[in-house]
Amino acid sequence: MKFINPIKRGYLALEAWFNISFGPKWNPLYHLGTLTFFFFWVVLVSGIYLFIFFDTSLSGAYASVEYMTHEQWYVGGIMRSLHRYASDAAIVTILLHMFREFALDRYRGFRWFSWVTGVPTLWFVITLGITGYWLVWDELGLYVAVLSSQLMDALPIVAGSMASNFVEGHLTDRFFTLMGFLHLLGQPVLLIFALWIHVKRLAHVEISAPRGLAVGSLLALLALSLAMPATSHPPANLSRVPAVLNLDWFYLNIYPVLDYLTAGETWILTTGITALLMILPWLPPKKTGPAAEVHLDECNGCGQCAVDCPFDAITVQQRTDGARWEYEVVVKNKLCASCGICVGSCHSSNPFRSSRTTLETGIDMPQYPIDKVRSETRKVLSELSGEQRIIVFGCDHAYEVSALKSKDVGVMSFLCTGMIPPTLVEYVLKNGADGVLITGCRNGDCYYRYGNIWMDKRFDEGRKPVLRPRTDRERIAVYRAAVTDGAKLTREIIRFKAHIKALTAADDQVPDSVPIQRVDL
Amino acid sequence: MIGAKRLLLQILNYAVFMGLVGYFSFMPPYARLQPDEAMITLAISHAGERVQECRKMDPAEMAKLPPNMRVATECPRERSPVTVKVLLDKLKVIDRVVTAPGLYNDQGVDIYESVRVPTGNYRLSILMNDNVRIEGPTYQHQQPISLSPAQLVVIQFQDSSGQFRIK
Repeated sequence: MKFINPIKRGYLALEAWFNISFGPKWNPLYHLGTLTFFFFWVVLVSGIYLFIFFDTSLSGAYASVEYMTHEQWYVGGIMRSLHRYASDAAIVTILLHMFREFALDRYRGFRWFSWVTGVPTLWFVITLGITGYWLVWDELGLYVAVLSSQLMDALPIVAGSMASNFVEGHLTDRFFTLMGFLHLLGQPVLLIFALWIHVKRLAHVEISAPRGLAVGSLLALLALSLAMPATSHPPANLSRVPAVLNLDWFYLNIYPVLDYLTAGETWILTTGITALLMILPWLPPKKTGPAAEVHLDECNGCGQCAVDCPFDAITVQQRTDGARWEYEVVVKNKLCASCGICVGSCHSSNPFRSSRTTLETGIDMPQYPIDKVRSETRKVLSELSGEQRIIVFGCDHAYEVSALKSKDVGVMSFLCTGMIPPTLVEYVLKNGADGVLITGCRNGDCYYRYGNIWMDKRFDEGRKPVLRPRTDRERIAVYRAAVTDGAKLTREIIRFKAHIKALTAADDQVPDSVPIQRVDL
Repeated sequence: MIGAKRLLLQILNYAVFMGLVGYFSFMPPYARLQPDEAMITLAISHAGERVQECRKMDPAEMAKLPPNMRVATECPRERSPVTVKVLLDKLKVIDRVVTAPGLYNDQGVDIYESVRVPTGNYRLSILMNDNVRIEGPTYQHQQPISLSPAQLVVIQFQDSSGQFRIK
């Protein structure tokens, strides 16, 4: 039995709780990235509205915000609150997103790029929030302005004293307008660029949260905005120090640190934490398996593997071997996550092919080639005995299926269930198995992002290569289980065996084709 | 029934999430100053005197220089660090020595520092030295001061008059 670290175990328990509350389709922990994008949309739309009424001058900024908050509370006030709370909620989802990737060990190996580019993206979001507080130009805005300037002054690249601007009589509109420009245009553009880089190595990037989750989140934000409208502190006064401030701890937590550390020490601390986060994927490094290999003799250049690859590691190009096909595929080794989903995409990964002694396919994984898959399948089938002979197909990142092995249950673990060619399921049913149960990462939580989604679509005949209609779907079950879901999976196998037994007993009455039994955890 | 239960659980989860967001968006309050504290801010932009005085070059030295660089007076670029001490009675609240920035330490010094101080009546003393060739303060200022809670006192220096400005 594999050791499961307590952080991962705890996180999976939290995900299971949210699966009970929301179901896998709307589980917010499976949509932290898209949920963050949704909060950004709320921030953008509310921000555009606020900008219409906002006075970007030093003398008029506070009054314009107060007008929106109090005189026009029914729209402007709500928009201001939405702007604030959606920004805060985005920090929560970003931090949870980071924690999730860390807890589930999805930040190292081939994922290093997304992790490393994500860390500065968080800083961009935080600095965007900081300049937002600055613009209100209340006591909090002044506090943020002065301490931010002190931090900037500590950098050797900044000439002169920025903080001296906030001495009475020195402050001008020009500096304030610069802040307005930064918050309204400069920083958002930078953030969009950073987000584009962050997802650059992914294919099929989703930026839209599921509708139900988006509606629920928006209603929750609205409820909070009505219950606790965002308000300002008293107006900025350069001759007084605000004794007590209601800080937004999501964005402004760095400033109280300046009570204990100098600006230089604060930079060392934040730079150190950032550097540590950025080198985390190599502490220790995680080795990615060998990249997929293309076998041109078996590849007709259909490009399905390139379409299915979740990490954009496969491209299609003009044929180079003189074969009659127009295209061929090429693997970019550096981007390959070694998931094997491409093997499941390839029409040539068909175990029924018997023209040669060695089964070859168009694209294959060196560490678990399709020929080895077929020979192992034959071995597992030959070892099965008992009345209901079941084969369980699992994946290396979910529940360890070897623990389920018995005389009537044969097990095989793949790099990802997306690697399983649909014809392999048909093959085992035709060669001695009474049923096939496919497990793997929980729905919505595939380690390789799209493995179980593509598999479901292939089995539902919605994506090539499809599970052929003549396959007896009554004898196929899908029950996904994380590493901590062993007991549930064991119960499901018992239930599936009983189902197969009943089927066998009433074999003549079974329809030719019925939907695959699929259970959501 | 399952739908209603799930909806209730969702509302509960949203409430917890928004409760967390709403709370940390304002709370806990942060006390920058205690009720019996005021703040003194030192905001000075000033260039220290040159470390070495300017001197006239003799003809032989000038002859060694390229024609376009021959000047009658040579002024070494390095400037003195600026030392500032602020005292309330005998309590030293600010004590800064700032080296002139720049590759040749030849630029003006910017000092911005804020300190929290207890409220009350004091004698405020400011001592500044901007010349390494002179022992002791080159500029100084003293005055009585009364500090009330949350008051901000800004100390500036005017190069033109050589006077400190207290606001």
